[in-house]
Formats: sequence, C-alpha cells, structure tokens
Amino acid sequence: MAGFERLVVVDKEDISVVRFVDRKIIDASEIEQLGAELLSLVDIQQRKRLLLNFEGVEFLSSAALNKLITLHTRVKRAGGTVRICNLHPQIREVFAITRLDRMFEIASSESAGLAMF
Amino acid sequence: MAEHDSGGWTLERTIPSETAIGSELVSGLLAAMQEYAWPAAELFHVQLAYEEAIVNAIRHGNEFAADKTVQVRLSCTADEVRIEIADMGPGFDPDSLPDPRAEDRLEVPGGRGVMLIHELMSEVTYHPPGNRVTMIKRRPPSP
Repeated sequence: MAGFERLVVVDKEDISVVRFVDRKIIDASEIEQLGAELLSLVDIQQRKRLLLNFEGVEFLSSAALNKLITLHTRVKRAGGTVRICNLHPQIREVFAITRLDRMFEIASSESAGLAMF
Repeated sequence: MAEHDSGGWTLERTIPSETAIGSELVSGLLAAMQEYAWPAAELFHVQLAYEEAIVNAIRHGNEFAADKTVQVRLSCTADEVRIEIADMGPGFDPDSLPDPRAEDRLEVPGGRGVMLIHELMSEVTYHPPGNRVTMIKRRPPSP
C-alpha cells in the first residue's frame, strides 16, 4: 500500500504514531478501508510499535472498534504493541463500557503515550 | 416526513437497506436535540445507539437485501428521545447473545452493538420476534 487515505503515519524513532483522517468514523466502506490500512502497517510494513492518536476523532461505531481489536490481535501475534492516546471523552467512555480499556493502554496525550513504550 | 410542533419533533421514514442512507437520518434528530438544549454527551449516546441499531437492522436483519426496507421513527422533546427501528428480517433473541465483555470474548471482534445500545439508552425493548426495537433516552436531571 503506497499511501494511506484514512491514516496519517509519522515515525518517532521506532514508534509509529498513527492519526486518523476522519472526524467521524461511521461509513461502512471507509471503516473497511481503515481496517485494511491498519493491518497493512503490521503485515506489509512490519511495524510493531503503534501509537494510535485519536486527536480530532469525535465519533466511532462498534464496527470501527472491531478493526482495532483485529489490529491488536495481529500486532500481539507479531510480538508488538498497540497503545492509544487522545481519546475524546465520550469515546473513552465507550472503551470503558466495552472494557476495551483493559485490552489497550490509553494515554491522555501523545507524549504520555510515547512514554508508555 | 419531519414535523416540529408543540408536541415535539418527529420523523418517519422507510428506507432501503443501505447503511449510508440509514446513518444520514440521525442528523435531523441530533439537530432537534440541540434545539431542545440536550447535553452534548447525550447527543453522542443517542447517535451511537442509533448507528448500532440501524446497521444491525440493515446488515443482520435485512442482510442488505435490495427488496427489503427498514422503517425508522424518531421523535424528540425536551425530556425524551425515542427511536424505533423495524427491519424485515426474522428477528433475534437479544438475551441469547454472549456478553462481549467476558474475559474469553474480549478479543473477539463483533457483538458489541446490542450491548452498547443497552448501556447508552435509558430503556430498550426488542419486540418479538426481535426485528423491531424501541429505544428511549430520558433527559438526565440537571446537576
């Protein structure tokens, strides 16, 4: 995958900081594309330390959560780590309701997220 | 059609089995909630519960069939938001779904929509055979 449409990836030393293009992650075809782009970070680009920075993301559905769970499983299998930062308070609440805050370590800022690796 | 009178805002639509069309419908409800000065967190809850329910109706209920439709009824007053969604599928028993928060299911993708709806809304009723859901959100008391 030469370029991403749903993601912006910036390398900070050996950690890939991944930001999201969409403010609201709802559309089914965009979520499918998002999932494929996330998996390509691991499967094709061999990245193993990912910090997902949700700054600017105001809404996401459970279909998007499913993509994060699949990514987590794939990265873990590859011996890597996924962390999350900058969750909108309401999305943070969704992570708590679904108990995904037990699967992902969540930081309040990008710098705090980078420090968790 | 959308109506706005002293009894509140209402909208009733029959839509094809397309998630993009289904998702768009909620914008009118969110605008009505803003007009009635509902808290932002409640708008998020209602939008997420609606999104999960409409996608379930189209994906699992109608299985995206072009000859099947979804009926949507939305209403909003200062005190209550009501969402009713009916698909043309065989229905399902919501009590039969495994809890996606269970330790052995936490890493399984899928199955979180119905649980989220129950957590986010004040009252949720699946009408037998389970292809029609009524979701109610009541305005929380002022702090």
